[in-house]
Parts: sequence; C-alpha cells; structure tokens
Amino acid sequence: MDRRKTRRRAGQAGLLAVAMAVLLSGCSPEYMVLHPVGPVGRQELHLIMLSTVLVLIVIVPVFLLMFYIVWRYRDKPDNKAQYQPHWAHSKVLEFVWWGIPIVVVGILGAATVKTTYALVKPPENNVKPLTVEVVSLDWKWLFLYPDQHVATVNYCKIPTGVPVQFELTSDAPMNSFWVPQLGGQEYTMPGMSMRLWLQADEAGTYYGHGANFTGEGFAHDQFRVVAVGDENFNSWVQQTKQSYPALTQAGYAKLKKPSVMGEATYSAFPKGLFNATVWADGGQYMPGMFKDVPGGKPDKGMSDQGMSDGM
Amino acid sequence: MWEAIRHFGDTYLMWREGPLIWGSDVLILLTIIGIVFALTYLKKWKWLWREWLTTVDHKKIGIMYLVCALLMFFRGGVDALLIRTQLAEPNNHFLDAEHYDQIFTTHGTIMILFMAMPFIFALFNIAVPLQIGARDVAFPYLNAISFWLFFFAAFLFNISFVFGGSPDAGWTSYPPLTELGFDKGPGENYYLVSLLISGIGTLGTGINFIATILKMRAPGMTMMKVPLFSWAVLASSIVILTAFPALNVALALLLFDRLFGAHFFTIAQGGNPMMFINLFWVWGHPEVYIVVLVAFGVYSEVVATFSRKEIFGYKSMVASLMAITVIGDLTWVHHFFTMGAGPDVNSFFAVSTMAVGIPTGVKMFNWLFTMYRGRIRLTLPMLWTLAFIVCFAIAGATGVMLAAAPADYQYHNSYFLVAHFHQALIGGVVFGMLAGMYYWWPKMFGFQLDERIGRWAFWLFNIGFYVCFMPQYALGFMGMQRRMYTYPADLGWGTLNFISTIGAYIMGLGFLFIVVQVLYSIKYGKRDVTGDIWDARTLEWSLPSPVPHYNFAVIPHVTDRDMWATLKEQGRTGELRPAASDIRPIHMPNNSARPFLLGVCFFFAGLGFVFEWYVLAALALLGVAVCLLARSFELHDEHDLSADEIRRTEALSGRL
Repeated sequence: MDRRKTRRRAGQAGLLAVAMAVLLSGCSPEYMVLHPVGPVGRQELHLIMLSTVLVLIVIVPVFLLMFYIVWRYRDKPDNKAQYQPHWAHSKVLEFVWWGIPIVVVGILGAATVKTTYALVKPPENNVKPLTVEVVSLDWKWLFLYPDQHVATVNYCKIPTGVPVQFELTSDAPMNSFWVPQLGGQEYTMPGMSMRLWLQADEAGTYYGHGANFTGEGFAHDQFRVVAVGDENFNSWVQQTKQSYPALTQAGYAKLKKPSVMGEATYSAFPKGLFNATVWADGGQYMPGMFKDVPGGKPDKGMSDQGMSDGM
Repeated sequence: MWEAIRHFGDTYLMWREGPLIWGSDVLILLTIIGIVFALTYLKKWKWLWREWLTTVDHKKIGIMYLVCALLMFFRGGVDALLIRTQLAEPNNHFLDAEHYDQIFTTHGTIMILFMAMPFIFALFNIAVPLQIGARDVAFPYLNAISFWLFFFAAFLFNISFVFGGSPDAGWTSYPPLTELGFDKGPGENYYLVSLLISGIGTLGTGINFIATILKMRAPGMTMMKVPLFSWAVLASSIVILTAFPALNVALALLLFDRLFGAHFFTIAQGGNPMMFINLFWVWGHPEVYIVVLVAFGVYSEVVATFSRKEIFGYKSMVASLMAITVIGDLTWVHHFFTMGAGPDVNSFFAVSTMAVGIPTGVKMFNWLFTMYRGRIRLTLPMLWTLAFIVCFAIAGATGVMLAAAPADYQYHNSYFLVAHFHQALIGGVVFGMLAGMYYWWPKMFGFQLDERIGRWAFWLFNIGFYVCFMPQYALGFMGMQRRMYTYPADLGWGTLNFISTIGAYIMGLGFLFIVVQVLYSIKYGKRDVTGDIWDARTLEWSLPSPVPHYNFAVIPHVTDRDMWATLKEQGRTGELRPAASDIRPIHMPNNSARPFLLGVCFFFAGLGFVFEWYVLAALALLGVAVCLLARSFELHDEHDLSADEIRRTEALSGRL
C-alpha cells in the first residue's frame, strides 16, 4: 500500500512540475497569444483570461472534492467514515450543481457575445482605416493595397495605430489568415470575400502563418507582418512604386502555381485583381458577395480583365 | 509481362517510395503468414468459421469488436508515434511532407472511426442485452452485418498506405482541398468509400440498440429502472441516428464530385464547400457525444459498483444524458467560428456549446457524490474512472474556453485545440473504454486482468498523457498550427515539442503494458468462479462467466433498479437461479455466413470505387444484391434449444 502511495505522489509531483514549467514559461514573449500588440488581440486575451478564471472556479473544487472523497471513503476495514449505501438523493445539492455551471455559462456567455460583436467593428473609430486585400495561394500569401496600388508576397507592411481591414480570399484550397500577436484568425476561402479587423499599436515584425492545412507545402506557408510608423509606411509605399516591377496577369498566373517562395514586392498590380479572383472562383454564384459594388458584383471590365489569363 | 508487373508495383504497391512502405509490406506479410500458419497448425479454421465468422451471438460480436478496436488502437498509436517522432525537433526529416500528411490523416480517421467506434460497439454488445435481461439484441443478423461492414471498411482503409496511397487531407477532409483539382489519386477515395461502408454498419447498430433497449427489456424493467450504461447506449444510439446520415450524405456527394464530375462542393462551378463543412460537423460534433456518452455510462456503472453504493441522482443522470443528446446536436458551428458566419450565428453557437458543459458538470458532481459516503475500492476500472474525472474536467474547462468565439479565433487550428480534443477523447473516451474493458473482461472471458501489471499501464499511460499534451496547450499559445510536418528552429517551439514526444512514447509504453497484461492474464489471471467477481449491482453479474450463449435460462422479473445488489443485500439471490421446471426451450437465431459474405462484397465494391474499376464494383454490388435477396427468401432462420440441453449447461455451471 505504501509503495503505491509513494508512486502516486511521485506521479503527482511530476505532473505539478510539468504544469508549473508550462505556466511559468508563459511569461516569455514566445507566447505570442499572451503578448498581443494590438486592441484586437488584447480583447481576445481578455476573454481568454476571463474564461480561464471562470473554469478554474469550477474545476479546482472538483479536484479537491475528489481527492478528499477518495481519501476519506476508501474501502478499508478500519475506516470509520460514514457509510450510507442508499443515500442517493438531495434536492439541495442537485440545485447547487445545476446552478453553478448555469451561472458560469451565463457570465461567460454574456462576455463572449459582447466581444463577438465588438470584433466586427474597427478597433479605432477616429483613424481612417487601411484596406489590405489578401489572397492565399499554394503556398504563399499575396497582399494587395487597393488604395496604395502596391503589392507584396509573404510580407505585409502596415502603419502602427491604424485599424487595418483585411479582405480575405483564396485562389487555392481554403487557408486561414493568422497573425497571433495582432489577433485571431479568419479563413480565406475561394469564391468568397471575408473580412478581418486587426491593428498593431507597436512597431515590430510579427509572425504570421496559414493556419488551415493546404497540402504538401503547408508547413512553409509563413509570412511576416511588419508594423512601422505612419511616415515610414508612406515612404515605403513611395519607394516601392519607384523601385520594383509591377505584378502582371502573367506574373499572377505564375504566382498561382503551387510552390514555396521567399518575399517579393510589386509597384503595381492589375486593377480589380481581388474582386476578379473572387468572382471567377465562384463569387459569381454568391449573391451579395461584393458589398461595396452596386448590384453586388464587380463591374464587367474588372472581371474580364481578371479572368483573361489569370485563371 | 515484366513491364506490367513493374507498372503495377510502381503505381499500386508504391515500391519506389522507400523504407517506410517496404517495412509496412514486410510487417503485413509476416502477420498474414503468422495467422495462416497458426490457424492451420492448430487446426482452427473450422472453429474460426463456425464460432466467429458466422456467429450472430452478441457476446461474440462484442469480443470481435473489442479485438479490432485494440488492433486499431495499436495502428493509430503507431501513427501517433511517427507523428511525434517527426515533430520531436525543428527541421526534422524523419518523414517527408507527403507521408506525414498521410499519417496524421489516417491517425485521426482510425482513432475516431475504427478505434473509438468499435470500442463502444464492443461494450454495447457485451453489456446491454445482459444488463436489461434479454437473450440477444433485437436484430442479431443485422448486428452481424454491422460488424462485418465495419470490419471490411477498416480493412479497406488500412491497406491504403501500402496499396495506392493513404488519404492525406486530414480526417476532416475539407473540399476544395479534397476535390480532384487539388488531390488526385486514390487516397481520398479510400477515405470516402471506407467511411461510407462503415457508416452504413453504424446506422444498423444504432437502430438495433434503440430497438433492443426499448423493446427487449425483461418484464418489470421500466425505463426508470434501466441501468445507466444502457441509458447511455440509448442516448448514443439516438445521436447515431440523427448524425450519421449527414456524414454518409456528405461523403457520398463528395465521392460523386470526385468520381463522376459532379459539383456539389466545387464553388467555381456553383457548388458550395461550406455545405460539406456543415454536413461534416453536423455529424462530427455529435460524434464526440456518440462516443463519450457511452463512456459516461461506463463510469456510472463503475463508480456505483466500486463505491458499493447506489448511483447518486439517477434521474438527474438520465436527464443530463438526454440534455446532452439534444444540445449536442446544436453546437456544430463552433468548429468554424472563423469562417465568417457573422456575430449572430457565432454568438448562438458559442452559448449553445458552453451550455453542453452544464449537464456534463452535473454528471461530474453526481459521480463524486456517489463516492461520497460510499466504500471506495481502487480497482483498475475505478482508477481509470478517477483519472477520467481529472482529465475530463480539464478537457471540459478548455472546451468552454474554446467555446468563447473570439478567443477561439486565437485557438482555432492551433495546438491548443489539438491538446483539447485529445484530452476530451483520450481522457473521456479511451479511459472510459479501458475502464469498461477491465470491468466486463471477466464477464466476457471468465478471468480477471492482472491488477499489478494494469497499474503499471495505468500510471505510464496517465503520466505520459500529461507530459504529451500539457505542452501542446502551451504550443498553441506560441502560435504553432496543427498539421505542420516540420517547423523552424527560431520560434522556440523545439523544447516543448520534444517533451511532448517523450510523453507520447511513455503512453506507447503504457499500451504495451496492457498487451503484456492481457497475455499474462490469459494464463495467470484470477479466474472468475462466481460470475460476480466485483460484487457488482446489475443483472449481468447474476450470470456465470462466461455467459452461456442463450444468456438467461429463465428471463428474470425485475423489481428494482440495482436488481442484483438488492437481491444480494436481502439474501434473495436464489430467485435469479432457474428452477429446472421453469426451463423451456429457447428460440435461437441461426448462424449465417451471409453477413460475412456481404462484408466481402462491400469490400470489393469499395475497392472498385477507389480505383474506378467499375467492372469489379458492379460485380461486387451484384453480390450484395444476391446476399440481400437470399436473406429475404430465408424462411427458417432460427432453431430451438431444447430444455434438456439448457438444463445440462446450467447444471455444469452449478446453477441448477
């Protein structure tokens, strides 16, 4: 009996050590989700913290209760604890444990709904947002700046303190656009245009990766988000326009072919490339997909141009 | 001729793919030779055919499910170790992307559909008819068909790795990645066809057990006297009936897309992949409850027996089972909060998902208070149950955390999610199945599994579990995505991945101990001479172990919820012993080769569809039709067991 006990204690100590190591190391900056640098990631972290505390309130007593009961009511000849084999009902107790989880779910549910609605709005209302169109390809990320008319592959430059509206689609299998330090992910899906608000408050380079499995090259589907000051961002745009080649339809067709590649920069891209891609990949069958365009579909010229050789 | 062989070897046997394939080939060959040799040497072919392949006895079908589940647990476990070995360090080249993708896909698919499902069906079959005082399930012939469909589907799925290539798009198999445009070759077809075949069998089992529990209970056993395990099986079977059709439809439509150029899910031609994703999870989430509800049933039996106490709050337990059954069908969208459903939809499904935690939490407290003021014996089934309470409480907690939609945007597709569902499925289901296996093993085989070796297995598996999966929660916070076959060194993921891999190996060692335990106990395990080795509470323990094939010589009249415990307490156990004069001849269903042959036909039909060999598929489907027709002309499918024979059998076990 004693040997068994020591063995169990050793096991528990081991577990505790592992758990502590995991918890303590959560302080290091490698834990991207726990170190957000923008309002979206911060709101999500807030919810993560709240939910962690709430579930701990339930499960810690369960653990304590379990260990106490097992210790107290072991089947040993000298155990003097009460034994009531037919004690099997208690209205009061059952009310308590139907009640506790209901209250917890109520609190967490309310917080969840609030945050869910908050995240579909821009994180900052007083600053004019930047729009970046994102096309996930096999296995690379294409970023189009419709207002700046530049494009990049596998890295995305954004100004700090400015809400960024990412418009997402895929011209390959579904993928998911995830920059953990800025905030949670959203899928990129062919034929559909999805939206995600993110914002970086500090300058820096942030890890991004496709989060949904897309086949052989998936493990290398990495990109960077580089947040810089407003000035820097504008001068980068100017510089890009002058010193890089333009992305052509033929160039896009080449990008689309499955491959893994480094970063690239383009001074221009075919007008309406994003909408044309969505349209050709099936957006034409999705009513109301193009909310910004009267009639819900991009104008004829755009789609023709996009479909000519891009597909 | 030589050319043809080489072509076949390259295309189907994949001889050029290297040592992983060659090794698997050799292992498979050795296994087949070993089995054939052993059967021939021991002159067991006839025995195999008469006693097992053609049987319709629920107890034997249960045992066959159990054997398959353990084998598949091994196969899925080997997959897991290959995955963890590849991920042990950054930039590892143990596996290439292609093989890694195949292996994580088969790992997931096998563990859910070919390990967890047969494991629960093993317990369905072994325990339910005995618990409710029935002679067999409602439809014994259908029961055999269900088993053989599962068996040959699993067989088909398993040969894929060495014959044409395994599926490699994840067990979730989302289009468009799984459409022809991105995924040619037979692998994905294997997935679709074998899941379809086993899915038909599963539906049969669901129908069978609903009918059995609703219609075959012993006289006097009202629904409120049904043991909680059987209640759990009823709940699980109901979920099977509501969920599995969605999966079968989704698989069939995707198969049409791939084989016949349909466009149900190809969006560029006006189909919609979201339709697949919805159908898949309309099945996929309830599937979790299909397996875990059964485990809940096991825990309820085990906790009551080994606390020597009635289950606390029986009505609450039944109500919470039914609540989970209903709410569980309304949570599927939480698998894709990140697919742009909008805040209204996400809010609804976030709250409905959290709501499942309420009845589950109630069950937790009821188990704890069953132990309270009881007398707790820490036997193997009880140890696994206690381990479950700890493990599943954490799984439930992280599940509620994942349900908070905006938080899920950060967890989705990350190792946090991977850790969570392994914790729910291992801590909930595997622990439960092992508890159930240990609990009913003496009933099945007449001897107990060795406790000492079992404890080693228990501690290794449990410690290994936490060492393996706790670091994965942390890796999720570090931004590591699931399904990456390798990762760079500069992100700091190396250490935790290495620890996780060590944990996986410890779990593997734990599994080996279970194997040793079974082998050891066959010879040295404590024999069960009373039929009630645990001093348990329900009807199956009133029978000798192993149970005679007709189960009850005289069907008992049930007056109490824990019938057997009550009779023991009041010294009235003699009432369940048959009196010689009460024994009447029993109608027993005939054995039949047809369920087995039907399985064989489905296997070849499946193979035909996988490789688009339509002549083979058509011939095999013709075989299916012949089997079905032959059955409908079968007028005499049962025989009488004479009263004398029953008396002899009962006398042999000392009950008469």
